[in-house]
Amino acid sequence: MPAPEAADPQPLVLSHLRRLEAESIAILREVAAEFRNPVMLYSIGKDSSVLLHLAMKAFHPGKPPFPLLHIDTTWKFRDMIAFRDQRVRELGLELLVHVNPEGLAQRIDPFVHGSALYTDVMKTQALRQALDMHGFDAAIGGARRDEEKSRAKERIFSHRSITHRWDPKNQRPELWSLYNTLLAPGESMRVFPLSNWTELDVWDYIQLENIPIVPLYFASLRPVVERDGALIMVDDERMPLRPGETPEWRSIRFRTLGCYPLTGAVPSTASDLAAIVHEMMASRTSERQGRVIDRDSTASMERKKVEGYF
Amino acid sequence: MAVHHAIAARAHEPATTHAQDKPTLRLVTCGSVDDGKSTLVGRLLYDSKMLLDDQLDALSADSKVAGTTGPALDFALLVDGLQAEREQGITIDVAYRFFATRRRRFVVADTPGHVQYTRNMATGASQADLAVVLIDARKGVISQTRRHSHILALLGVRHVLVAVNKMDLVGFDADRFTAIAIAFRTMAGQLGIADVQCIPVVACDGDNIINGSARMPWYDGPSVMDHLEQVDVSDGIASRPFRFPVQWVNRPNAEFRGFSGRVAGGAIRCGDPVVVQPSGRRSRVSGIVTADGRLQQAVSGQSVTLLLADEIDASRGDVLTSGTAPLVTDHITAQLIWFDDEAMRPGRRYLLKSGTSSIGATVATMKHRVDIETMAQEAASTLDANEIGCVEIALDRPLVCDAYRDNRDLGSFILIDPFSRHTVAAGLIDAPLRRPANISWHPTTVDKSVRARLKQQKPCVLWLTGLSGAGKSTIANLVDRRLCELGRHTALLDGDNLRHGINRDLGFTPEARVENIRRVTEIAALFVEAGLITLVSLISPFRADRAMARKRFAEGEFIEVHVATALATCEARDPKGLYKRARAGELSNFTGIDQAYETPESPDITIDGAVLSAEAAAELIVRHLRAHHYV
Repeated sequence: MPAPEAADPQPLVLSHLRRLEAESIAILREVAAEFRNPVMLYSIGKDSSVLLHLAMKAFHPGKPPFPLLHIDTTWKFRDMIAFRDQRVRELGLELLVHVNPEGLAQRIDPFVHGSALYTDVMKTQALRQALDMHGFDAAIGGARRDEEKSRAKERIFSHRSITHRWDPKNQRPELWSLYNTLLAPGESMRVFPLSNWTELDVWDYIQLENIPIVPLYFASLRPVVERDGALIMVDDERMPLRPGETPEWRSIRFRTLGCYPLTGAVPSTASDLAAIVHEMMASRTSERQGRVIDRDSTASMERKKVEGYF
Repeated sequence: MAVHHAIAARAHEPATTHAQDKPTLRLVTCGSVDDGKSTLVGRLLYDSKMLLDDQLDALSADSKVAGTTGPALDFALLVDGLQAEREQGITIDVAYRFFATRRRRFVVADTPGHVQYTRNMATGASQADLAVVLIDARKGVISQTRRHSHILALLGVRHVLVAVNKMDLVGFDADRFTAIAIAFRTMAGQLGIADVQCIPVVACDGDNIINGSARMPWYDGPSVMDHLEQVDVSDGIASRPFRFPVQWVNRPNAEFRGFSGRVAGGAIRCGDPVVVQPSGRRSRVSGIVTADGRLQQAVSGQSVTLLLADEIDASRGDVLTSGTAPLVTDHITAQLIWFDDEAMRPGRRYLLKSGTSSIGATVATMKHRVDIETMAQEAASTLDANEIGCVEIALDRPLVCDAYRDNRDLGSFILIDPFSRHTVAAGLIDAPLRRPANISWHPTTVDKSVRARLKQQKPCVLWLTGLSGAGKSTIANLVDRRLCELGRHTALLDGDNLRHGINRDLGFTPEARVENIRRVTEIAALFVEAGLITLVSLISPFRADRAMARKRFAEGEFIEVHVATALATCEARDPKGLYKRARAGELSNFTGIDQAYETPESPDITIDGAVLSAEAAAELIVRHLRAHHYV
């Protein structure tokens, strides 16, 4: 056998990140090929940033053959909305934004109505409305199996009933890379191309590929109050301060991004990617620790997912 | 708190790990209910310090509420993520967990033990490099161990780590461990699982999980983690023939037309010739496009977009190939693992999905079912949920595929019920009996007709089929002698005699019979080519096999002779004492006893063995040859 050429630009075996990348790209292309009207959920966070980057790669030199959909709860960090609009403009993509009009009319507010009701109305119901309104048959999301226990159980192509419900006890077998994409009218598929990525993989990849992310991931001086054990950033004037609470300027950053009233910050001075990765590897808590809604009960994520939450 | 080894090791690595890449080992855990699979996985995560504080807090709280371990941590709760699982204390669906050590990354698919969730176990196993099989030391190798091992072997998981768990409950008995290890190895040998490592453990206490066990000083082998970090599971797919199923045709504008997909075997370089299957059109790769620029080479596992030098029509489902040609066939033989509660029935329509192809399919023939207990192949006409069997599938149009053992991506498929839309089965394509396409026929100048004229006879095959003891060999011998007396050129192929030579490696399973018939057919075809009247005496019990043999010959060259002697008569004769042995259970797959004989529907000649003597039968055959101008 001839010896491998020294000038060979690539090794014969793909590296860990390149393998994950290739798998995700294949999944994205599979969605484009197999579904009539797919959409990519864009939540503006780091996982969405990676997902969007992969979608740009998958269909290069063309653009992704599906629009982006953002479920806007109206309580996202202002920096996130600014970042979203900038990215979409730069990439020249179609972005659909949906807000639950009923929730808006009823002025649903996480501070007043509590996180459970708020999440149901402004996220879960809003998502179902948007999917129904546009008739999407596949919705691509950035969830990873390492995030949470019920997500660890979910298929890459995850079937949803006509009412958007997930039946965790009766999932379709998913062998090799063969995905059963058949749907009855009205049913849909949730697709998770990042299923096999870990949080560390996501950060490594962001660094490797130099992917733009929302500045809130980097430490900076920001106004926060400590509430129920979480550091909540006072992002706008809608946040009612409790007696004795005074916003404090502290060096903080976010490991995950969601709605500002429900997303706890971590004290940090990590202001670049290398420092973030280092900090994460030394961390003794998981990323979802900052998510207030996950703590409602142990099975809360599964329950929300069954009801149609992403 | 102690230093977190794994975390510390990670922190010392360069921030970007792609430079010094750690290999990933994908493993699947399996075993019966309550053998401690989830506990073992939880323990691996815990002992390799992969659990973070909030996860440990949640585990501690959960253990008090739902745990089955009293005050101690219930590690199974780490992986049993579904509410129904936690409530019932069982695993329903496969859970994927990720962790890493200094040496390797691990993706663990923790799968259910209950028989009704076998499909979920197969889901986890389909992508695994290695399986961890849990065995309860008190129970040893049980039915579910055999079922799972069989599925592992079918799915090509070649490396198995057997964790003999709950050693504390058998008093850390070394003999007990050894007995279980021997039992498993024996079974693995029958199944063709190459690499087996047995380790005695107590999963909940951590004995031999990461470190050794002071309680089992007699065991000096590796711990579970030692073995997982060191075992070599390279699959060699990178050096196999190039395969590229077209997933999506990328046409962003009139100037660009690329074929997007993921390399499913081998590698391709810019400029390499490729064949587009199933059309067989040839072209050259003129560009390998990625968002990161053009590449010189794409390797197995890589997602790229290929440009071809010629304007060739190719679309989703086509496969770009080079090297050994793939199979292009509308008829496959495959092993099926049936998942659905509604049984498999031959003749029903399914949708077959393989690679990027979706093709209408019908199970044409059910060849046999495998008894999980004994691993014996048994006659059957249907497959129920969780059963395994061998089938022949007819496809609406040709599929481009490889045998599963040659290429997992091109050799695997799923069947979908078009009405319920359930994934009803997983399938693994067998190596074919005939390989078309890649071997070109070398034309010769002296052909059959030249030889036939020279010998003044029309070459043909006389194919004598019938039960053992029906008188086939006797009649064939008499015909042979009679033709020689007439100065004709003949050859005699006797099934039993061939089994002493060219077929001595074959047994009597349905597959072996098929191969036996294929070889005899090929030899007969060579003799016919040489101008000979060729007598074949072979039980050949299955219609499909005889039809396959007939197809090998030109019209009028194949003469089917049914030696129709009743079973009772054959059994009464029993010239070799075989019926007696079969009745005594000493022989299995014996035609007429535990394997069917499918009577020919329209044989060219029927010999009624109850009426005709062997001599009269031989005369009848020779007369037929004369009447039809063979001699």
